[in-house]
Formats: sequence, structure tokens, C-alpha cells
Amino acid sequence: MSKILVIAEHDGSRLSQATARCVTCASQVEGADITVAVFAADPAAVAAQAAALAGVASVVTVAAAHNAHPLAAVLAPQVVKLAAGYTHVFGASTSFGKDLMPRVAALLGVAQISDAMAVEGAYRFKRPTYAGNAIVTLEAPADRILVATVRTASFEAAAGGGSATIRAASIDAALPGHTRFVSISAQATTDRPELTSAAKVVSGGRALASKENFELIFSLAGKIGAAVGASRAAVDAGYASNELQVGQTGKIIAPELYIAVGISGAIQHLTGIKDAKTIVAINKDPEAPIFEVADFGLVADLFQAVPEMQKALG
Amino acid sequence: MRKILVGIKRVVDYNVRVRVKPDGSGVVTDGVKMSVNPFDEIALEEALRIRERGEAAEVVAVGIGPDEAQQQLRTALAMGADRAILVKTDAALEPLGAAKAFLAVIARENPDLVIVGKQAIDDDAAQTGPMIAALWERPQATFASKVEIKGATALVTREVDAGLETIEVDLPAVISADLRLNEPRYVKLPDIMKAKKKPLDVIELAALGVSAEATLKCVLVEPPKPRAKGIMVKDVAELIDALQKRGLV
Ligand SMILES: Cc1cc2nc3c(=O)[nH]c(=O)nc-3n(C[C@H](O)[C@H](O)[C@H](O)COP(=O)(O)OP(=O)(O)OC[C@H]3O[C@@H](n4cnc5c(N)ncnc54)[C@H](O)[C@@H]3O)c2cc1C
Ligand SMILES: Nc1ncnc2c1ncn2[C@@H]1O[C@H](COP(=O)(O)O)[C@@H](O)[C@H]1O
Repeated sequence: MSKILVIAEHDGSRLSQATARCVTCASQVEGADITVAVFAADPAAVAAQAAALAGVASVVTVAAAHNAHPLAAVLAPQVVKLAAGYTHVFGASTSFGKDLMPRVAALLGVAQISDAMAVEGAYRFKRPTYAGNAIVTLEAPADRILVATVRTASFEAAAGGGSATIRAASIDAALPGHTRFVSISAQATTDRPELTSAAKVVSGGRALASKENFELIFSLAGKIGAAVGASRAAVDAGYASNELQVGQTGKIIAPELYIAVGISGAIQHLTGIKDAKTIVAINKDPEAPIFEVADFGLVADLFQAVPEMQKALG
Repeated sequence: MRKILVGIKRVVDYNVRVRVKPDGSGVVTDGVKMSVNPFDEIALEEALRIRERGEAAEVVAVGIGPDEAQQQLRTALAMGADRAILVKTDAALEPLGAAKAFLAVIARENPDLVIVGKQAIDDDAAQTGPMIAALWERPQATFASKVEIKGATALVTREVDAGLETIEVDLPAVISADLRLNEPRYVKLPDIMKAKKKPLDVIELAALGVSAEATLKCVLVEPPKPRAKGIMVKDVAELIDALQKRGLV
């Protein structure tokens, strides 16, 4: 049997969908017995959401004021204590998981499998390297705890309807005071869907040429209920904010529909969208590499095509 | 502060279209252009700016890899690093092994700050920074997009999924550089000449007491599944029609 500890990601009140995807990955490990760990100042609400995920057997909460904001240096020693007796520790491959899990792995003295994208066995996983251009199958030793981050775009979110037991744990670990949370400036929450979990995404690239023009992307996205993404060039130029970046160093997404507007299709961008079910590319250059991965390609000037699409969609 | 260590990894250049070997044993690297990992150039640039502001005395570039990795360390010296250290090994180290090698160098050098890239674009692991910090029992500030040194602490802005987070860490600490931290400088020809005279020490990995053994077994390397060939539509009407047929709009 595999006893898998999944580290919950949340904002204090809402469990991240990334965790639900992580649970799906864990449930594909044969004989998985899944526990979700919630570290928070007040974990009750998040724990209830975790307990409702199908496939989760139990939820363990660690309530402490020092867990109000996730700091890897503070969380890692607690995760290590909690992980005793487990065969696997999973976290999502998000900025939260990428920060925390390698610190956990190093404290446990084991290698980490980053971005697990397919489960081939309890200790055998596939992961992407070279911006997704080489897929590696790795086997970890079965006599040690396995630490992995999960590539969320590769797994559906676990369904609801579960009723796991919830228990509180108190952890006695020496915690450092050398790392302190100061502030977070999150984008104002909007009614737009969230980029990593959205069924549809419209992204804009350098071709938008200004922050004002980038509104075209927001308005097309609004029309079809899509989230908004951006290429690195668009982010660097200040047309879109950094958390909208899609790609190797931005977000890896797998929506039903991805519309790339004025994006050339650099390898680093494509690696973020390869798992989208349908890719649409609008670009005025017929040689743009984005067309090599597009299901539907339209050679056109975006400043004509996008307003035309909006009109056609009523 | 006295000293900053910067990780400089030799990787396949980011413009190369990487190909998988037919026998599934790895990717083709023979005759392929190698460069400094892009995030490491950013890490180095940040270290140089801190030194140029008078907030650090020395910047040391550290590479772990084969003899050829000296080329990338020379590039780092040409950019402005004061000296370089190559921890020599022909084995492809896992991030935990690399972190242990860094730790051994840290024990010798006693830096106040270690800056690495947020990820190496070959293994895309994004592990080494946090692992160094864990083994060193020091703070980590990953995905940095802004670094301010304030005496014995650093204020670091991090690019996280929700937006921008600021944390304060006591020095010494480990920082990992994100893309928007800075724009690395170009190397000028006279600097390349000067770099040839800068010290570059070579230490065998074994001499640091670090094992090169991998714990994860690489079973297979394969190319990604290709996407089905798409179609070109002639206009917006045809595009909308196709999307409506798939029930997408
Ligand atoms: C280490 C590293 C990591 C990176 N990570 C990422 C990442 O995570 N995500 C990412 O996106 N990039 C990333 N990049 C950058 C990447 O290499 C490209 O530079 C970037 O994706 C280009 O953005 P773009 O397609 O918007 O711009 P360009 O490449 O400049 O493309 C603009 C496109 O718009 C088209 N166009 C121009 N005008 C119009 C018009 N009026 N109508 C229609 N089309 C028009 C042009 O034909 C062109 O194809 C990374 C690079 C490095 C080195
Ligand atoms: N072999 C190495 N030599 C020098 N620096 C390295 C090496 N391996 C990792 N690093 C540093 O650690 C960062 C993250 O690497 P990784 O964890 O492999 O994604 C890199 O950007 C480098 O700064």
C-alpha cells in the first residue's frame, strides 16, 4: 500500500484546485491511501473542502499562527515531521509547491521528482525536461520516501462528494525565525476564471503593442467566458501582469480551448499550452511556429480579426 | 557584505531544438551549442549590481560539471565575476547532489549570499536553490523579481502564482532568480580578454566528499506525443463555425 501525504495549497479560506489535481495524481498510484495536510492559521474551512474531495481518506490539520502565510523555511520542518510513516509526499508544481517541496526533499535527504505528468508505477513517473521536448521516465528507490511535485495540467481535478475524516495534529518542530512574510500584492480578484483551471483561455502576445490594445484580449475573453493569458514578451513590455504569463517559466495550462493572438509560438511558450485540447492561432505571419501546433490557424491582422470575432459571437 | 556565490550551469542553449536519441537514452548534445543557463545570467547580473552598489565586495561564480563547463565560467568572468570555481565531475548530478556540492563550496567560502537560477532549462527541476538553503539551514527566497539588501537582511519580491509577494530574510540566504529580476549585460570583447587572466580554480567533486551517484533511475527518454495536424481556416467566419461545431464557443 502507498500512504500518500498531499500538501494542501490554499489562501486561508479556499483550497486551490491545484490540490484537487494533485489528489487525482495520487489516486492513480496503486493502492493509494491519501491524506491531505492543511497548514494554516485557521484550517477548518480548507480542511472541509479537502475532506470532500473524492479519493481522500483523511485530512490532517496543523493550526498555528506561523502557518498563516506559507513560508517554505517554516513549513518544511513541519512537513518532514508529519511525513513520518508515509511512502510519498506530493505537492502541486505551482509557485507554492516548487518553493516548498525541494526544501522538504532535501531535509529528508531524498531526490525529488519535479512535475510528475504520468503515473507509471508507485515509484515510476514521467516528467517533462527541456521545456517539454524530452519526456523522461524516472524510477525512484522503493525503500525511501518519495517526494514529488505534480504537473497540474496533466491531471483533472478530483471530483467532490467525498467524506474524509478530519483530525488535528500538533507538531513539535524547531522553526526558524530567519524568514518573515512582509506583504502580498495579489491582483484584484475579478469575476474572470482563474488561468490555471479555466476551460478556455485567450492569450495575447507582443503584437498587441500596448496595454490599451491588450484590452482587446480581455474583451474577447469576456465574451466567451475565458481566462486571460499572455506571452512573456507581452508581460515584459507591461501589457499584462506577470501572473498571466503562460509557458515554461509561467503557468502550464491545459484548457479545452486556447486562443493565441499575436503570439509567435516560441518553444518556451508552447511548453505551457501543449496539453490544451484545441489550440487556435491568429497571426499575420503564415510562417509563425504557433501554426505548427494549432488545430485551427488563421492568418490575419489581429486588429481586424479580433473585433470581427467579437461581432460574430454576438 | 563580503561575498556572493552565483551558480553558473552549462546547459544546451535555449534556442536549440532539442532532439531525443533514437535509443531513448537521452537527448542529443554532440555538436550542440552550449551556454550559461539563462536564469544564471540573471543571477550573476544581480550579484554584480549588488557589488557595484558597494553592498558586496566579491562575486564568485560556481559551476559543477565537466571540464568544458570552464567555458561558461569564463563567460561569467567576462560579465564581471571576480573569480570562478569549477567543481569537476563528468557525472550528471541530480539537484540534491549539486546542492551538496554547493554546500561544500559554501563551507570553504563562507558567502553572505548565494544566488542561483530559479531553474535550469535542461532538467527544468527548479530544486537546487531550496535544497541548498535546506542543507545550509538558511532562508530561501525563490523566484525573485526584486532584491534589496538592507544591512544584515534582504527584502525580496517574489513572483508567485497569485501576484507579487515580499519576504524579508536574514543573511546569509539563498535567492533564486526569476526572469524579470533584471536584464543581463552584454559581454564586451575587452572583457573576454580580461576574463582569461581571472582565477578559475578546479576542484574534483570527490575531493569535496560528495557522491555523484544518482538515486533516480532514468528508465527512458522519449519525445513528446505530437499533436494531430491542424487546419488553416480562411477567415473569421470559418473559424467561428469550426469552434461552434466543437461546442467551444
Ligand atoms: C529561459 C526563458 C524562458 C522563457 N519563458 C517563457 C514563457 O514562460 N512564456 C513565454 O511566452 N515566453 C517565454 N520566453 C520567451 C520566448 O522565447 C519568446 O521570446 C516569447 O514567447 C515571444 O513572445 P511573443 O510571441 O508575444 O512575441 P514575438 O515572438 O515577437 O511574436 C509576436 C508575433 O505576433 C505576430 N504579429 C505582429 N503583429 C501582428 C498583428 N497585427 N496581427 C497578428 N499577428 C501579429 C508576429 O507575426 C509574431 O509572430 C522565455 C525565454 C527564455 C530565454
Ligand atoms: N551543475 C550546476 N552547476 C552550477 N549551478 C547549478 C548546477 N545545477 C544547478 N545549479 C544552479 O541551480 C539552479 C537551479 O537548477 P535546477 O534545480 O537543476 O533547476 C540553476 O539555475 C543554477 O544556478
